[in-house]
Amino acid sequence: MSDPAGEMALDARPAIAHGMRLQWEPAQDAHVLLYPEGMVKLNGPAGQIMSRCDGVRTIADIVADLERTYKQSGLTADVVAFVALAMQRRWLEAPP
Amino acid sequence: MNTSAPVGHALDAPGVAPGGTRSRSHTVGPPLWLLLELTYRCPLHCVFCYNPTDFANTGPELSTADWIRVLREARALGAVQLGLSGGEPLARDDLEEIVAEAHTLGFYINLITSGIGMTEARIKALKAAGLDHIQLSFQDSTREMNDFLSSTRTFELKAKVAELIRTHDYPMVLNVVLHRLNIDHVGEILAMAEALGAQYVELANTQYYGWAWLNREQLLPTRAQLERAEAATRAFRERVGAKMQIYFVVPDYFETRPKACMSGLGSVFLAVAPDGTALPCHAARTLPGLELPNVRGADVRAIWYDSPAFNRFRGDAWMKEPCRSCPEKVKDFGGCRCQAYLLTGDADNADPVCDLSPHHHLVTAAVARAERAAAAPAVAAPQSARAQGLTFRDHRVSIPVVIEEKRT
Ligand code: SF4
Ligand code: SF4
Repeated sequence: MSDPAGEMALDARPAIAHGMRLQWEPAQDAHVLLYPEGMVKLNGPAGQIMSRCDGVRTIADIVADLERTYKQSGLTADVVAFVALAMQRRWLEAPP
Repeated sequence: MNTSAPVGHALDAPGVAPGGTRSRSHTVGPPLWLLLELTYRCPLHCVFCYNPTDFANTGPELSTADWIRVLREARALGAVQLGLSGGEPLARDDLEEIVAEAHTLGFYINLITSGIGMTEARIKALKAAGLDHIQLSFQDSTREMNDFLSSTRTFELKAKVAELIRTHDYPMVLNVVLHRLNIDHVGEILAMAEALGAQYVELANTQYYGWAWLNREQLLPTRAQLERAEAATRAFRERVGAKMQIYFVVPDYFETRPKACMSGLGSVFLAVAPDGTALPCHAARTLPGLELPNVRGADVRAIWYDSPAFNRFRGDAWMKEPCRSCPEKVKDFGGCRCQAYLLTGDADNADPVCDLSPHHHLVTAAVARAERAAAAPAVAAPQSARAQGLTFRDHRVSIPVVIEEKRT
C-alpha cells in the first residue's frame, strides 16, 4: 500500500487503544476519549475519524466513508496524519 | 487509606496539546470528574493519608441508594470520569452494585484500591459490572512498605492481586507514595513493581495535607534524597525501556511555582465523602468557613452550581496580591487553597510554594528543617537534574481536558 504521510499504511485497521473508551458526551457536545483518570475532548473532525476506528475498517475505508459522508475529497493526508498522531499518543492502536 | 489525589494518576497525559488546556471562562462547566470516597474504613493506617484527620468523627456512610442517586444526578450534569476510592472501597460490599449503575450511566470507572479484599470472585463481578480500570496503591507508609520491601506478606498479597488484575485483562497500574522514610528505596520499589508485571508506576511524593500535614516534619525528604531517587528512577528507566512507564511526582515544596490544582476549585472536580459531604477538593474540610453541602440535603446540581462552597474559589475575585495582578493566575489559579491556608493562615493567599508569595520562606524553611532533621550534608540544588529525562507529573495538575485541533 502507498504510504502518503510516510507513517501509516492505508490498509492499517486502527482501533481505540486498550483501556480507552470513546463516547459521545451531550454535556460537552463532543466525542470524548476516556482513559484512566483523564479525558480528551475531541473536536468534530477528530471525533468523526476516531469514531470510525473500530479495528475492522482500514484507513482507506475510513477516508472513503468520510469523503462520502461529508461530500469532500482529498482527505487521505489529513486522516493519515491524525491517525499517526493518535497512535503516537496511544489513543489508537493498529495490530499488525 | 487512600494515598492518591483524585486526578491524573499513573498514565500519561497524551491529550495535552500545546495551548490546548481548558479555557476558563466565567461560565461554570460540568463537574467532569466525580470522586466517590465510598468509605473511610480501611485496614491500613497511613501516616500520609489525605483523609481528614478527624474522619472518625464524621457521620454514617451513605447507603447504596444514596450513592446511586449521586451517580445519576452527577451524570445528568455531565460528569463522566468516576473515581471510587476510600478508605478501601472494597470494604463496601455494594461496590459491584455501584459500579454496575455507574457503567449503565456511561461513566468511565476507576477503582483506587490497596487490593486488600480483592478476590477472584469480586474482580470477576466488578469486570462484569463494567469496571474500566484498577489502580493498585501502596498505602501504608511504613508497615506495608517494609513488608513489601522485605518480600513478606504484603508482597504476596500484591502479587496475588496483580495476577488477578492481569488475568482479567486490566492494565497493571501501581501507585506508590514516597516520603523521607521510603524514598531511598526507589530502586527496590521499582524492581518489585517490575516483578509484579506493572506497566505503569507512579511514584508520587506525599502532598502535605490531612495526616501528612501532621507528619510533615518526618515525611518531607531532603533534596539530596530526592535527587538520588530521581537518579535511581532514571537508571531503571534506561534499563527496562518502554515496557514500564514511570512517573515521578516531585513534592511541590521543592518547586517555585504551585500546581494548577484541579484547574481551580469548582471547575471540574467534585468529591463526595463517605458521609455525603460534597467537596470541591478532597482536602477542602481543612478550609475554614467553607460550609460544605451534603448530598443528603441537596441535589448535586444545586451543590455544584449554587452552593457558596463550590462558588467560593471560582473566577479570580477572591484572590489577593500577588496573584490578583499576576499574569500566571490563568495557569495555576494561585495554587493549592489548602496549602495556602495551612501555611499562611489565609486560604485566599497565594500558595506559598510560589516564590512570588511573601510567604515562600515558610516552604523553604520547612525544607531546611527537613535537611537538618535528616542531618544530610548540605547540598546545593542543581535544578538541572530535573531536566534530564524524567517525566514529572503531578496528580494535582489537572485532568487533561483539551480540544484536539484538527482540521480536515
Ligand atoms: S503569584 Fe499567584 S498567580 Fe502568580 S505565579 Fe504565584 S501563585 Fe501563581
Ligand atoms: S486545593 Fe490543594 S489539597 Fe485541595 S485538591 Fe487542590 S491541591 Fe489538593
